[in-house]
Amino acid sequence: MLTWLILLPVVAAVAVALVPARRRELHLPLGVAASVLPLALAGYVFWVFQPVAGFQFTEHTTWYEPWGISWSLGIDGISMPMVVLTTLLVPIALAASTSVTKRTKEFVVYTLLLEAGMIGVFLALDLFLFFVFFEAILVPMYFIIGIWGGERRVYAAVKFFIYTAFGSALMLAGIIALALSHADQFGFTSFALSDLMNVSFSIGSERWGFAAFALAFAIKVPLFPFHTWLPDAHTEAPTAGSVLLAGVLLKLGTYGLLRFNLSLFPEASVDAIQIMGILAVIGIVYGAVVALVQPDLKKLVAYSSVSHVGFIVLGTFALTSSSLQGAVIQNVNHGLTTGALFLLVGMIYERRHTKQISDFGGLQKVMPIYAGFFIFMAFASIGLPGLNGFVGEFLVLLGSYSTLPTLAIIAAFGVVLGAIYMLWAYERVFTGVPDKEENKVLSDLSLREISLLAPLAALVLVIGLYPSVLLDKIAPSTEAVLDHIEETTQFVTPEPGRLSGFFVAGGDDE
Amino acid sequence: MTDYLWLIIALPMGGAVFLHFFGRYLKRPLPGWLASAAITGSFAIALAAAVPFFQGGEHGTTVLLWEWIPAIGASMEILWDPLSALMALVVTGVGALIHVFAIGYMDGDERFHRFFTYLNLFAASMLTLVLAGNYAMLFLGWELVGLCSYLLIGYWFTRTSAAAAAKKAFVVNRIGDFGFMVGLMLVFTTFGTLSYAGIFERAGSELTTGLATAIGLLFLLGAVGKSAQIPLYVWLPDAMEGPTPVSALIHAATMVTAGVYLIARSAAIFEISPVALTTVATIGALTAIWAASIALAQRDIKRVLAYSTISQLGYMFLAIGASAYVAGIFHLTTHAFFKALLFLGAGSVIHAMSDEQDMHKMGGLFRKMPITAITMGIATLAIAGITPLAGFWSKDEILASVFARGGWFSVLWVIGLVTALITAFYMTRQWVLVFLGKPRWDEAAKPHESPRVMTIPLIVLAGLSIVGGLVNTPWGSALESFLEPAFQLVHQQESPEGIGMFLILAGISMFAAVLGIVAAFLAYHRPADRWREFEEGLEPVWGEWERGYRVDDVYGRVLVAPGKKAAETAAFGIDLAVIDGAVNGVARVVRGVGDWVRPLQTGYVRNYGALLLAGTVAVVIWLVAGGT
Repeated sequence: MLTWLILLPVVAAVAVALVPARRRELHLPLGVAASVLPLALAGYVFWVFQPVAGFQFTEHTTWYEPWGISWSLGIDGISMPMVVLTTLLVPIALAASTSVTKRTKEFVVYTLLLEAGMIGVFLALDLFLFFVFFEAILVPMYFIIGIWGGERRVYAAVKFFIYTAFGSALMLAGIIALALSHADQFGFTSFALSDLMNVSFSIGSERWGFAAFALAFAIKVPLFPFHTWLPDAHTEAPTAGSVLLAGVLLKLGTYGLLRFNLSLFPEASVDAIQIMGILAVIGIVYGAVVALVQPDLKKLVAYSSVSHVGFIVLGTFALTSSSLQGAVIQNVNHGLTTGALFLLVGMIYERRHTKQISDFGGLQKVMPIYAGFFIFMAFASIGLPGLNGFVGEFLVLLGSYSTLPTLAIIAAFGVVLGAIYMLWAYERVFTGVPDKEENKVLSDLSLREISLLAPLAALVLVIGLYPSVLLDKIAPSTEAVLDHIEETTQFVTPEPGRLSGFFVAGGDDE
Repeated sequence: MTDYLWLIIALPMGGAVFLHFFGRYLKRPLPGWLASAAITGSFAIALAAAVPFFQGGEHGTTVLLWEWIPAIGASMEILWDPLSALMALVVTGVGALIHVFAIGYMDGDERFHRFFTYLNLFAASMLTLVLAGNYAMLFLGWELVGLCSYLLIGYWFTRTSAAAAAKKAFVVNRIGDFGFMVGLMLVFTTFGTLSYAGIFERAGSELTTGLATAIGLLFLLGAVGKSAQIPLYVWLPDAMEGPTPVSALIHAATMVTAGVYLIARSAAIFEISPVALTTVATIGALTAIWAASIALAQRDIKRVLAYSTISQLGYMFLAIGASAYVAGIFHLTTHAFFKALLFLGAGSVIHAMSDEQDMHKMGGLFRKMPITAITMGIATLAIAGITPLAGFWSKDEILASVFARGGWFSVLWVIGLVTALITAFYMTRQWVLVFLGKPRWDEAAKPHESPRVMTIPLIVLAGLSIVGGLVNTPWGSALESFLEPAFQLVHQQESPEGIGMFLILAGISMFAAVLGIVAAFLAYHRPADRWREFEEGLEPVWGEWERGYRVDDVYGRVLVAPGKKAAETAAFGIDLAVIDGAVNGVARVVRGVGDWVRPLQTGYVRNYGALLLAGTVAVVIWLVAGGT
């Protein structure tokens, strides 16, 4: 079944490719319709997913025996939310791309191939396979930015490609080194995650391996100071590109750190708690501060991403149950809210052909529905309780305090900054009297646009009020990660409050 | 009855959701009446569910609605005890009256239904805050009321000043929330849960004094933001940009008291730390006198009341800090009555004067709008502390309890007493300037009494301002025994024993109040607007008061401007120049080398792939050789 999750988008891409170029009005609708199939399948997987540790729906086919490479797939509580998120964002991103008029067919094909690659990354249990998907994603994304992007699209695309490919090269070295060490210690070559987890290292080489993986993922996340490709890529990418970039591609980094760094290099991960935490927190504060003064609305959202993903990395390396749960659910939350914010920026760009904050003003008067969605997503993004962002941030903050108290406190200050840059931007774009002629005649959202945003808004609310819908399925898997670290290292996960759990149920004798 | 408690929150929430989607299809004033009905329904349920507490002996219960974030002991659960019941009654009772008033006040606004959507959403949020059974849910309500405050201050969003005030309110509150959140991090790390039930009973035995002080001071930072105390009070005067019913409901009667509620609810933690409690009381006393002095010189009818609210909230902090929890909550309740009345009265005046808010342009309105004038007069006497009106009993109980504490608290008692005098003065000044003397407005303004939908809430609130204090007197302390189960874990500061002592202390504060009133009358009720000479005679101090000691300027110079400068340096100096510059610099160097080895640059992907592979192999060899 998981193979089909990867294959369906490929089949869809082929189908779209077969439609003759002159029937150009068909490409986009067909792409949207076809991309609903993986969503349905992912929905089914979510439905039958059991809240237990370990991988489910596993598939295993030998690919290249001599090197021990296999087509090995599986899904657990850490990857499942990401797969669902990916399959949800692709149809929305495609349906939001009606303004793509040149080479529509290729655009749809690339986007669908991108989807296959992204799903593959989350499902792969073989490191070689993982790497193939991880690299394969770069190609369609490179074209999406480079062909359909803004003015400086080629610069941004090349920067994106080279920067991330540079990181992956190091990771590939790390993967091969792991496989060779495995062959050394166990007598056969294997790229399977479960096998490689058993490889033992000297602490020195474990640190090198950790660094090779961490650098590749840190660029992807992006972690300060490796983030400068992101604002360029986001600003130049077309809306669909930005949505998928922020919603899914960045999560390849955070997912990779959680899945591979913590499992493969537990000792080095424990040693790296401080340094990763520091980089994450610098990103939280720095991203927010830089976002504050951006004159371009899309860049502002891009830098806010740098800030938000910092919470995910902090939660990952704080290594407590709450912080890890928070990190995983924050992956989803950030994808929903930032994806929606990029959609919104795209919608106004299509109308006004500018993203400069100073070109707007008073939009709430002419576009009340648009303003409503924007402020809703802005508040989700700054972690208003009741909406999704809060659940992740709060879990990360509360959980991180026991491991990294000082950093957690600084990170909490990020929520103040978040309110400042978001609400200040809202004030400048939406309030006051519309004084520019171009702004007075803007049309509010169409039914199509509302129907793209409404499902995201609904999920923001559902996760905000009933996060158990995800947390129940996430928790066993994050606990398994912690157990593995505790088994293989001296690290003891801090458990807040010795009697925790005893009073939690909320008895009726106050 | 506890099975229906969820409806207290759900009714206004349902009202908000319904009005959000369908309000525009309803003929006005129907949306207003629907919203009012929703919150009145909540009041009725709360009243019925509170009956066991009136009968006594009942300690309360917790009702689980659903699990929210299980890992941190955060569920949606309603704690129904006397304290939350009282808060719910104040919020829904005063809230319902303000809802009805707003039907008249907002008549003619083009987004009428939207206003009531927000108002109902606020009510639901505030009820979430006070009924929460754990800190996470309290924080949910805490932030949602902040959201509603943001939406309602900026309700007239085409005014840039309103939009700026809304943002300022939310951001300043967030600074407080930062403290609150860090406090919650400490609580969670110590107790492993955020559930009240898991914290308060264990606090006494498991919390060290140092930790309790830290948590207390961090919670206090949150409370100082929400309840507009020094140094975070600056958002509240600007919040007057919102429609007046909003000022009455959110920025006087309910939301701003959330900080007081938070500390009272967390009494079990604060009681462990005398340092934290004394800080609460000191901040309260200082804020009380600081804001009162600013209120003296305000010209805007609503800004007087805003500073007055800050000052009165200071009294509540003073009470809570002195461990006189019942006195603090008592004053919270009576203040909700008379301050809501004052704001609604001010709204009635503003409504009649076609949106004029400058008291220098009012005067002589008594005969034009007698109901407003008389009800506001009652509220003025109540807040001044004239017996037997509501404010007298609650303020006197605070001052008496603080006096009984002795030591440092004696100093705070003196500050509280002086504040009482100033309060009486500036409130009387306001009433005289608005209602007495010669009209200073244009005949074309045609002021008139407000419609009944607005005056009836005024009359009801005036009634409550008269008798509301009688629930807790030295002769019958009904409120104290009502609230007793909620504070049984903590030691309560009582007022001094004996009727004699009561009469002496009450006499002193009555004297201060009467002195203030008489002085204000003498200064302001003079022929031919001679009061201008009085104000000019007090320059330059008067000007400092009028400008609020220029605190906003100072914050702007010391915090906002350097902050913006730093952000610009980070964005354009560091991020673009240094970090991205380094990245592009590396790229340029590589390209320079590339130009030199141009023959290798064939443009074929396979060649690049081969190079990539070669490089990778080199690294692998190095890694393997270095390892094992």
